[in-house]
Amino acid sequence: MKKNWPILVVDDEDVMCESMAAWLREDGYRVDTAPDGQKAVELAKASDYAVCFVDLKMPAGMDGIETMMEIRRIRPDASVIIITAYATVDTAIQAMKEGAQEYIVKPCNPQEISMLVSRILKLKKLQNENAILRKKLTRQYRQHDIITKNPRMQEILALTQEISSLRSTVLIHGESGTGKELVARAVHFSGNRAEKPFIAVSCAALTETLLESELFGYEKGAFTGAVAQARGKFEIAHGGTIFLDEIGDISPKLQADLLRVLQERRFYRVGGNREIEVDVRVIAATNKNLAEAVQQGQFREDLYYRLNVIEINLPPLRERREDIPLLAEHFAQRISSELNRDIAGISAGALKLLIAYDWPGNVRELENVIERAIVTCRNGMLEEQDFSWLQHRGMPAQDWEVPDVPLGELERRAIVAALERKHGNVKEASAALGIDRSTLYDKLKRYEISH
Amino acid sequence: MNALYLVAIGSVPAQAMEWIENAAAEWYPLPIRRLPPLLIPEAAYDARRKQYQSVEFMKALAQAAPRDACRILGVTDVDLAIPMLSFLFGQAQVDGRIAVISLCRLHQEFYGLPADEQVLRERTIKEVLHELGHTFGLVHCNQPACPMSLATHIGLVDSKQKEYCERCGMQLVERFSALEAEV
Ligand SMILES: [Zn+2]
Ligand SMILES: [Zn+2]
Repeated sequence: MKKNWPILVVDDEDVMCESMAAWLREDGYRVDTAPDGQKAVELAKASDYAVCFVDLKMPAGMDGIETMMEIRRIRPDASVIIITAYATVDTAIQAMKEGAQEYIVKPCNPQEISMLVSRILKLKKLQNENAILRKKLTRQYRQHDIITKNPRMQEILALTQEISSLRSTVLIHGESGTGKELVARAVHFSGNRAEKPFIAVSCAALTETLLESELFGYEKGAFTGAVAQARGKFEIAHGGTIFLDEIGDISPKLQADLLRVLQERRFYRVGGNREIEVDVRVIAATNKNLAEAVQQGQFREDLYYRLNVIEINLPPLRERREDIPLLAEHFAQRISSELNRDIAGISAGALKLLIAYDWPGNVRELENVIERAIVTCRNGMLEEQDFSWLQHRGMPAQDWEVPDVPLGELERRAIVAALERKHGNVKEASAALGIDRSTLYDKLKRYEISH
Repeated sequence: MNALYLVAIGSVPAQAMEWIENAAAEWYPLPIRRLPPLLIPEAAYDARRKQYQSVEFMKALAQAAPRDACRILGVTDVDLAIPMLSFLFGQAQVDGRIAVISLCRLHQEFYGLPADEQVLRERTIKEVLHELGHTFGLVHCNQPACPMSLATHIGLVDSKQKEYCERCGMQLVERFSALEAEV
């Protein structure tokens, strides 16, 4: 629910307050009501209302204009809409002069009021999004997103600093969702390439030919549809860093091409005959055991050694459980502010549940789980019940009988079950399983599951 | 198991009650029962506006709801309004038990056109899905074709379809499973 902008309705008539509040709640807003100006001011001190509907005429105490001025003193960003039973030019002018955003005559057409509210909120949302965007941009340059008190992770962070200004290739091993790209960013943005581009490419997401033109670019006419020359990611990353995720999935031909770039720092565009020179630092990542792939002849040994100059092994989240509360609180704070929801925190019981869970999808799964809990949470605290569905994801282990079948079969069953639960929606199924969509596709292929 | 109750408030065509029952049965996995019609609450009439305050209807429904009513939907043929708005097609408590719909502005006659039972039926079903959806926690949907979108005039009702969009449908399914767990 994105529309979490609280609204206040102030009117001495109970029926007016309650019916208006009910109508706005149908639109998904959180609505409070106040019978007089004094109560309204009290409420405004506690909540940051986006919009306040205030009746002009209230018999006791403060009138509508006074109430509005007081609310705006406390909440300068709140938009106040003055409601009046009779339109008189005088009051309208006075209301607007004192800072009312609008005034409306009751009863009004539903369309009028719904457009008024959405116009005001659209504007606020825009202001809010700009603020978030600014925050995101500055965040990109810090590595504070890697939150940890785990000794192994802290060693890794120290290593990223040490190697940040080298040109050596880095190979990051880690299960999906462990934050391989964050580590790559940490390396890039703390070194002397920080001002230059950081380009991330997911190798598993594209077919061989697409990936080739994506990486190396192409000349006009290189293939059907190549109507103009295009630069590839290596050229775009010139001076900076290219992050090749899921490197274990690339084809033998691309392995050869990549080896050449790493050795000679030059390459041809697809369909081109001019060599292009680049200065790019390569950071590769994989969730596969590349050494094993080399032994099995699926991955070139020479490329493996070229990539594996500096090796980083990211532990899965279940091996750094002490970080779960930290990360959970961090995500809760960040996501609730991005979604503009008031979340006070995570209850101790809920944290226990999170710590006990095994997180096959690692930090990314944790982030998704927190986001989902925030979206569905109904009181300002994430409680056990907000995560109760985690238990259906296959925990705790002693609660279900593990059938005596090969591991692969278990995995196949889990995937089929997830797809069924999500009515064949691959995106949702992969999120529920805590794996990438591309990983799910791989597994579908491997197990020959049709969906 | 708790039931969904339907009740006419004032006189309502028998056929309309039939449509409503079928629409509710199609989407909601609950036993559906009818109550004998209620009188239009006297306090609801606003002589100045020649309309009926929907708040009084909601109160009457709350009173009339049997103990095993997990939802109660009132149906009326008179024109509903609230102090702030010139009319309502219906009203519901989000995540609550009570909802009411008015057929008044769903009739073609209201707009000076000849009566059309087919049109009335379509509009009625969409309104039923809309208000019941609210009682199961759905809020307005931004897809105009979804019955959960906000209709501020009859044209917007007509551009809806008679089934929930995927997102609202999934949300309902989730609510139903929670409901089953409660029982
Ligand atoms: Zn509605
Ligand atoms: Zn919808």
